[in-house]
Amino acid sequence: MSEYDVINSRAPKVDAPAKATGRAVFVDDMSMPGMLYGAILQSPVAHAKIVNIDTSAAEKLPGVKAVITSKEAGLVQYGVSPARYDETIFCHDKVRYVGDEIAAVAATDLETALEAVSLIKVEYEDLPIVLTIDEAMAEGAPVLHDKYPGNLCAEVHQEFGDVEAAFKECDIIKETTFKNKRQDAAFIETQGCLANYDLLGNLTLYTSTQVPHYVQRILAMVLKLPVGKVRVVKPYVGAGFGIKAGTNPMEIISCLLSMKTGKPVKMNYSREQVFMFGRARHQFTHTMKTGVKKDGTIMALEHQCYLDGGAYSSFGIATVYYAGSLLGGPYKMPNMKYDGYRIYTNKPACGAQRGHGGVAARACWEQQLDMIAEELEMDPLEMRLKNMMVAGDTTCNDLNMSSLGMKECIEAVREGSDWNNKKNSLPKGKGIGMACGFFVSGAGYPIYRSETYHSTAYIKLTEDGGTALLYTACAEIGQGCETTFSMIAAEALGIPLDSVRVESGDTDFGVDLGAYSSRQTLMTGHAVKEAAEDVKQQVLAVLSEELKIPAEDMDIKKGVVIFKKDKPDFSEMRVRYIKEHRGWTDNPEEGDELSFKEASRIAYLAKGSIVGTGKYRPQQLGGKFKGAAVGTSPAYGCSAQIVEVTVDEGTGKVTIDKMTDAHDCGRAINRTSVEGQMHGSLSMGVGEAMYEEVKIDDKGKVINSDLAEYKIPTALDMPNMETIIVESDEPNGPFGAKEVGEGAIMPTIPAILNAVYDAIGVRIWELPLTPERVYTAIQEYKDKNK
Amino acid sequence: MKKLINLTINDKEYEVAVEPNQTLTDVIRYDIGLTGTKKGCETGDCGSCTVIMDGKPVNSCLVLAMQAAGRNITTIEGLETEDGLDPVQEAFVEKGAVQCGFCTSGMILSAKTLLDRNPNPNEAEIRSAISGNLCRCTGYQKIVEAVESVNK
Repeated sequence: MSEYDVINSRAPKVDAPAKATGRAVFVDDMSMPGMLYGAILQSPVAHAKIVNIDTSAAEKLPGVKAVITSKEAGLVQYGVSPARYDETIFCHDKVRYVGDEIAAVAATDLETALEAVSLIKVEYEDLPIVLTIDEAMAEGAPVLHDKYPGNLCAEVHQEFGDVEAAFKECDIIKETTFKNKRQDAAFIETQGCLANYDLLGNLTLYTSTQVPHYVQRILAMVLKLPVGKVRVVKPYVGAGFGIKAGTNPMEIISCLLSMKTGKPVKMNYSREQVFMFGRARHQFTHTMKTGVKKDGTIMALEHQCYLDGGAYSSFGIATVYYAGSLLGGPYKMPNMKYDGYRIYTNKPACGAQRGHGGVAARACWEQQLDMIAEELEMDPLEMRLKNMMVAGDTTCNDLNMSSLGMKECIEAVREGSDWNNKKNSLPKGKGIGMACGFFVSGAGYPIYRSETYHSTAYIKLTEDGGTALLYTACAEIGQGCETTFSMIAAEALGIPLDSVRVESGDTDFGVDLGAYSSRQTLMTGHAVKEAAEDVKQQVLAVLSEELKIPAEDMDIKKGVVIFKKDKPDFSEMRVRYIKEHRGWTDNPEEGDELSFKEASRIAYLAKGSIVGTGKYRPQQLGGKFKGAAVGTSPAYGCSAQIVEVTVDEGTGKVTIDKMTDAHDCGRAINRTSVEGQMHGSLSMGVGEAMYEEVKIDDKGKVINSDLAEYKIPTALDMPNMETIIVESDEPNGPFGAKEVGEGAIMPTIPAILNAVYDAIGVRIWELPLTPERVYTAIQEYKDKNK
Repeated sequence: MKKLINLTINDKEYEVAVEPNQTLTDVIRYDIGLTGTKKGCETGDCGSCTVIMDGKPVNSCLVLAMQAAGRNITTIEGLETEDGLDPVQEAFVEKGAVQCGFCTSGMILSAKTLLDRNPNPNEAEIRSAISGNLCRCTGYQKIVEAVESVNK
């Protein structure tokens, strides 16, 4: 039995009925009277000077209402991190990748807008292009941004402890290089938006975003509007996975077109444009050297990483830091050196995707740990247990594990998968592998430097009593946060879940940094809990005055007022309530407990509308070194995973037979949603490990920009997943809750790779595991060991 | 040149003027206003535009509206009855099979078609029936569990 009334249960999601019936409104389901349609002219070449843009033919086309270029849009620079604002709405001097925005059109219908775009004539003067890190870093290579010579977008150099000295004490040192491939998040709803600049000069943007707050700020900055005139509303969103966590050019362009025409303007990316825009996981090349003592103690890691960034920064600065900092845990490791480089290339920009920055790094390192365990003749699971941190430990780069159920997770998957009986006893061609990982429960600092609260929330009680209206600017993108926060509000206020109604995703509701870095459950959760407690105290304060009982001798639970000592006579209060509700059929009966409904009506009569507010900002986190902020978080969720595979040595085909995942999410608010996040993480990891690669031709064009050729897992590709929830009590989380959305993807790829090695005895250091790559690796191994 | 056609959607007759190149998805969404049918790729890869046409699940983005004239079409909006949600919809809600919800309409309609001809499918049959509907959120686990639970 749970000690809670609402949380820690399997409540169905509040938005599920609307979504299961087709009633839920996504942005492309919206329309407005007089609405125009927008379309963008994107560069067909990867690197060129713009000599001339002629929009005259487009402007003359009947039905065209506006044509805009950088002349109208201006050249205010923006991006994700203020440290690297390197984009403008439209290119004016040159284009840097196939897809760079040059002009846009608003017209009475989409066909006309597209035709007008095709009539815009641009004269280009081709520049040499760089498509790989080697090309981009070569001496004399063409430079994408004059401000960043050598195409070096960002570099990181960190050392904690003394790696060189530590290696001298090591008995085994392993060095390997690993490479993943550029990803696409492949959410099913492409980006879309609807901008409405009204007659009073207020701009409202409805958009498929994870971060209404950041979009609002960028719009105000780039469009030079007072931020109070800009409102961003997020309807239901068909998922984001990190790619919708920045402002996209279409969002700004639709606003500009609406401002220019005075009409609402709708725009959408086609699936091809989603690939052209990119902003998903980078291609990382990691080289790691790990030193371990012969008893299995991990001593040191020396690590270099190169990120192929594409044409702009996007989230890339955070990515290049995360790629190093997230190896600080979950194992005790006193010495770590990291050198990271993010390089500009003439390709769509890469950004953040589920497991931001850490997924490929972990795929490299957790394989290396297995190699070392094998050489030491240790069970890789035991070696991990031996080095594991525990709650209260701090990593060498100052990340504090305030709760850490990592050992419990390992034991849970050991048992859940029957590891002890399977490891070393599976037939040839079958393998079992494991890995661990962890992730932040929200970034410790906002993307822009600020003392802002990360989340605010407020709850208003309906004046007639009984229902709590929860308003938060958080972003429901499918993860279930509206349900989570309704549950937290109901629990903290002491009322049933169906007495809470939630509205979210609107910048008018307050500040919430949004759905990224797995932050909302902890951060928004805190704000919601505080607002609910505030409301409760206000109601109890009125009761206290009316009934002459100290507020602390009362509570609200399951929708009724609890009197901890003697029950007072509240009949006069009840009479007042009933008098005001003559003829209503749901009035309380004599002998009933005093209901929350009655209490909140009485509170309203005494004080007017009852509104409670809540806010959250993390405490000061992390060390003092450069980049210390990236990786900090009030709490860390963690996962252990075991994967079983079959490898056909004749064809190189890998089949995933079973996956067992245990995740420490602190206190599980909604157990079904926690499992849903674990399942989603695992399947995205399977896709990256097995199939996914955005392919780009020698002219810089994406050649598999559709879901037929960019293959994500189908229902037939996914095995049955066993998910085990491990709960801890996170001191910094609301009700002890923390992250689950990204920690669970961290071990997936290395667990698959370790299982493949177990099956065939060959290590593979490049993704994805296509039959061709696996077959070739097997043949090369055989040739070498003849 | 637009042409007037009759579409039967959820047992209701619609008379609509359509262009020869208009897809059934676009006509259902933008002309008739049943926006529960989603549009994720327009190339028949994702399955979010799935509707039931004459008892079979089809990608409505690969069907021209004119080809659908005279056919019997069910969209997600056609599943609810006066008694409430269809058991498949109910199962998706109860089992946590809905995350972002963008694949849900198509997924439910594919599952519904399967269950209509095979009331007690096994896991492999379910996975095969929904293999044309991509979902990036759930890893399909709870969707499969939801379909398995119907008629149980």
